[in-house]
Amino acid sequence: MTVYLVRRILQALLVVLAMSLIVFIGVYAIGDPVEILISPDADQIERERAVQALGLDLPLWQQYAVFLTKALQGDLGRSFVYNEPALKLILQRMPATMELAFGATILALIIGLPLGLYAGLRPDGRFSRMIMAGSILGFSLPTFWVGLMLIMVFAVYLGWLPSTGRGETGTLLGMQWSFLTWDGLRHMAMPAINLSLFKISLVIRLTRAGVRETMLMDYVKFARAKGLSPARVTFVHVFKNILIPVVTVVGLELGSTIAFSVVTESVFAWPGMGKLIIDSINVLDRPVIVAYLMLIVLMFIAINLIVDLTYSMLDPRVRLESKGT
Amino acid sequence: MRVNLRKLALAAGTAFIGFSAHGALAQSVTMAVAAPVTSLDPHYHQLSPNNAVADTIFDKLVNTDAKSNSLPGLALSWRAVEPNVWEFKLRPNVRFHNGNPFTAEDVAFTLRRLPNVPNSPSSFAAYSRPIQAIEIVDPLTIRFRTAAPHPLMPLDMTNVRILDQETHQNATTEDFNAGRAAIGTGPYRVVSHRSGDRIEFERNDNYWGDRAPFQRVLYRMITNDAARTAALLAGDVEFIDQVPTSDLAKLRQDNRIALSETVGLRLIFLGLDHLRKANENSPFITDNDGKPLGKNPLQDVRVRRALSIAIDRRAIVDRVMEGAAVPAGQFLPEGVYTHVPGVAPPAFDADAARRLLAEAGYPQGFRIQLNGPNDRYVNDARIIQAVGQMWTRIGVRTTVEAQPWTTFVGRAGRADFSAHLIGWGSNPDGSHPLRNVLATQTREKGWGSSNRGRYSNPQLDSLLDQSLVELDEAKRVQLVIQAQRIAADDVAVIPLHIQTNIWGMRRHLAHDARNDELTRAQDVRPAAR
Amino acid sequence: MSDAVIAAKPADKVETPFRRFVSEFAESKVALGGLVVFVIIALLAIFAPWITPQNPYDLAELDIMDGRMEPGTVGGAGFTYWLGTDDQGRDMLSGIIYGLRISLTVGAGSALIACLIGASLGLLAAYAGGRTDSVIMRLVDLQLSFPTILAALMILAFLGKGIMNVVIALVLVEWAYYARTVRGTALVERRREYIEAAQCLALPTHRVLFRHLLPNCLPPLIVVGTMQVARAIALEATLSFLGLGVPITEPSLGLLIANGYEYMLSGKYWISFYPGIALLITIVSINLVGDQLRDVLNPRLKK
Repeated sequence: MTVYLVRRILQALLVVLAMSLIVFIGVYAIGDPVEILISPDADQIERERAVQALGLDLPLWQQYAVFLTKALQGDLGRSFVYNEPALKLILQRMPATMELAFGATILALIIGLPLGLYAGLRPDGRFSRMIMAGSILGFSLPTFWVGLMLIMVFAVYLGWLPSTGRGETGTLLGMQWSFLTWDGLRHMAMPAINLSLFKISLVIRLTRAGVRETMLMDYVKFARAKGLSPARVTFVHVFKNILIPVVTVVGLELGSTIAFSVVTESVFAWPGMGKLIIDSINVLDRPVIVAYLMLIVLMFIAINLIVDLTYSMLDPRVRLESKGT
Repeated sequence: MRVNLRKLALAAGTAFIGFSAHGALAQSVTMAVAAPVTSLDPHYHQLSPNNAVADTIFDKLVNTDAKSNSLPGLALSWRAVEPNVWEFKLRPNVRFHNGNPFTAEDVAFTLRRLPNVPNSPSSFAAYSRPIQAIEIVDPLTIRFRTAAPHPLMPLDMTNVRILDQETHQNATTEDFNAGRAAIGTGPYRVVSHRSGDRIEFERNDNYWGDRAPFQRVLYRMITNDAARTAALLAGDVEFIDQVPTSDLAKLRQDNRIALSETVGLRLIFLGLDHLRKANENSPFITDNDGKPLGKNPLQDVRVRRALSIAIDRRAIVDRVMEGAAVPAGQFLPEGVYTHVPGVAPPAFDADAARRLLAEAGYPQGFRIQLNGPNDRYVNDARIIQAVGQMWTRIGVRTTVEAQPWTTFVGRAGRADFSAHLIGWGSNPDGSHPLRNVLATQTREKGWGSSNRGRYSNPQLDSLLDQSLVELDEAKRVQLVIQAQRIAADDVAVIPLHIQTNIWGMRRHLAHDARNDELTRAQDVRPAAR
Repeated sequence: MSDAVIAAKPADKVETPFRRFVSEFAESKVALGGLVVFVIIALLAIFAPWITPQNPYDLAELDIMDGRMEPGTVGGAGFTYWLGTDDQGRDMLSGIIYGLRISLTVGAGSALIACLIGASLGLLAAYAGGRTDSVIMRLVDLQLSFPTILAALMILAFLGKGIMNVVIALVLVEWAYYARTVRGTALVERRREYIEAAQCLALPTHRVLFRHLLPNCLPPLIVVGTMQVARAIALEATLSFLGLGVPITEPSLGLLIANGYEYMLSGKYWISFYPGIALLITIVSINLVGDQLRDVLNPRLKK
């Protein structure tokens, strides 16, 4: 187990390194941040000064070397745009995104699991068919379009919910959270729903597929034959078995929601990390992009690790120390 | 009586902490702007949204009114006492938000700070560079000595927000962003700032000028156009800027909403490839079979003129911009002092365009690609498609490619394109576009840094040279107008239209529309009932 | 052509695997309906140039004076805009039919390529384990944490604009999802008796992988696959929304929707509504077919 973890951590470091290198080269290829950030009426002297001030006058490999040296001392650089440490900027925005992503995932699970279970147990029922048809809506409509529709219906026409923004926040662990206040929750409702639609469909479909399969498995038939109550069969035997794909996919989904809920955050003016990264990409604010993606890749590695560990707990057939070479 | 009222307002203000959507008793207002403010440091990043907020917190020696005319700000008057020396008389009894008095020392400190803001991606150093020596005559008189006569000094000073030497001696950009150092002499003071999300302002009751209309202002950032309009319609915000043209028709009909608008100073134009010589290939021009042409047709003024009059500017303004622009034939709109009289928007004439093409030796036209950004200017991607339609109709088969500004601007700067759409937001002096967009690229003079088509005309250059040292204002304006006329006659660029700046608000508010596009809290006030 | 499929039914006396497949598929009328709709859509897309009144990609045929016309208006060119026009005067009906082409190419193309790459790597990772597994899965981690927008921007910078480049961007983004899913299932399947049996028979690796392991990993793969086609189409719409999608003069359904998005508040609903409906019908039909395929192909649902 320990060997396994150590190996995973070493791999993680390599991946993070690879990520930073890719971003450096990528941003370099996309364009020159100074061209984008500089005032159009700045003259050549001012442009050269700006290039130098941001350290972009060095050859790329030297810039990368400088970055690595500083990164080893825990300094991931300062944003070109905000002139603040990149890490600080990201961490400032993290709570907003976290609560939104978790809100959406929880919504997806509490709505998706029961519906999927129902649809799987009665695959030919009328209601099941409606569920399945409805779930198609969830992933075929573009997020930005659904987001605006939500705003138009619930904020503009009905006036039930505030249209955009984060609302009042409460403080917990020194961070600002919207879910602690009623006003904040009201602000959170629409973006969370917007984000969760795709996930709900995903959970419904995975659950249904899993349930249908497992119901035909011998052990389930056996359990039923033994006279166990249908509820027990469903919730203990079937449920446990379908959780694997659900956990994998929901874990990954949670990750990508935290990392890139770009569109939802833009449409709802939600000041989270997704908005920060798209703004940063648009102006090629390299220190922020690099720091952000390094953090995100770490998060994905952690999620995958947790998923793998969960596998082995949920399903003893999977062993962690897979046959090694 | 007046004092009592003021006290009452103050008491109400302190009791009133939240922001209600309809501004209880007009004590507060919630605004939403499109472009995020990235820093409260007024000298860190030369960027419109930052400048707008800086104007709310700070003052300049020379302020500008809604039409960009110069007004006394922290300076009461200014004149060139010698050809190379400008003298500014400062306003007495002005205090910063923290009570410190404003003096000439603060001006000197500010000008010294401009080139020394660490990590600045676009600094204000250009405004202090001409100044060789600063002389403090008395606490309220300051002189700037320059190497050569510098007629644009007062105009330069409309860009420099004044800081307090004592407060800002060691202030970093981070201190400003945190609100600690965001202390100026302006009409509102900063209460709190959440980066990329909101700024809260509170009235500066000791302001030297007109008292700010609201006790508190919430200044939010909603970048998505449709969401911003929706927030206004829902009543979550009471005031928005950059109203999308697609929503104009609906908002005009809505009796809960009022609009304020004015013709701006931003010209949308097409830059053409002047870099490739007449006998060289331009990168995105081919003959009708897609083979290289062997020459650059854009070097022929007849071709440039044909491309210009092939464009139905009225149609673009009416159909694409939905009326939110005026057709243009030059950089500045009518009514601005350096507008060139008699240069009208080129009239649409497709037949004449075809004749000109034939005269120039292209009776069958040629193929061209028109490039443009798709996230920078109002309806940018739509405009290039419309131009593509019109050029194709006179036989110049046009393909259109739009890409994000991020990848576009670098390529445009390297003159990678044959024809590209771009905009120029000018200050009201014609020397501004001349120097940056039309003058020959010259590093030493700092000219032509945005001359992405590499246009070059010695006659224009020499007129610009003369104008930059001409202290007689009337003569200088004539030189600037003359130079602009040359560019228009030569079709240096193809002007399309000048944008109209539009703000939307709930009916209980009124606003002074500014032609420099800045959305400043002090310009919003309760509507007269 | 629905007749053709149904006509095959009485003839399934001789049980070839294909016949069995066809008859099992045809058991669900809904799925059959989905197939019919999908075939019609595909035919429309293929024969677009011969059935649309306008070539919406030819700037010379568009006129901004006909822009934003309501459905049913007769335009300057003399024909009726049954579904209205967009801001450029593009006939929405023609635009949608041409847009189907682009969306199907982008959606199905990217999903197919991503599935091939992702599934193979996922299988390999699960089967080989050890270092191979680690390398592949860390690549997956890297890919999953790389934002689509940045990938699209990089491809735009390297390769320029174009439909193929959008496909490449989507493949780059999506393969990891397939790899992750397939590996998860394959890890479980690998330990089952039938694989061990196959290994005992010393069958070649590729045979074990593709003939034994893959079919048993298919059900979740098809679930993910049919969803990913839809997702790819929607993702392309989002890229277009952000200005990184297909060229503006060759709009996909997604780009049409993104364009019309700005007119939603002004009541010009048709610019994004009709492409939205077209997108929805396409995706529903793909999913109906996909769902039935999954059930038919799933060895474990066999009665």
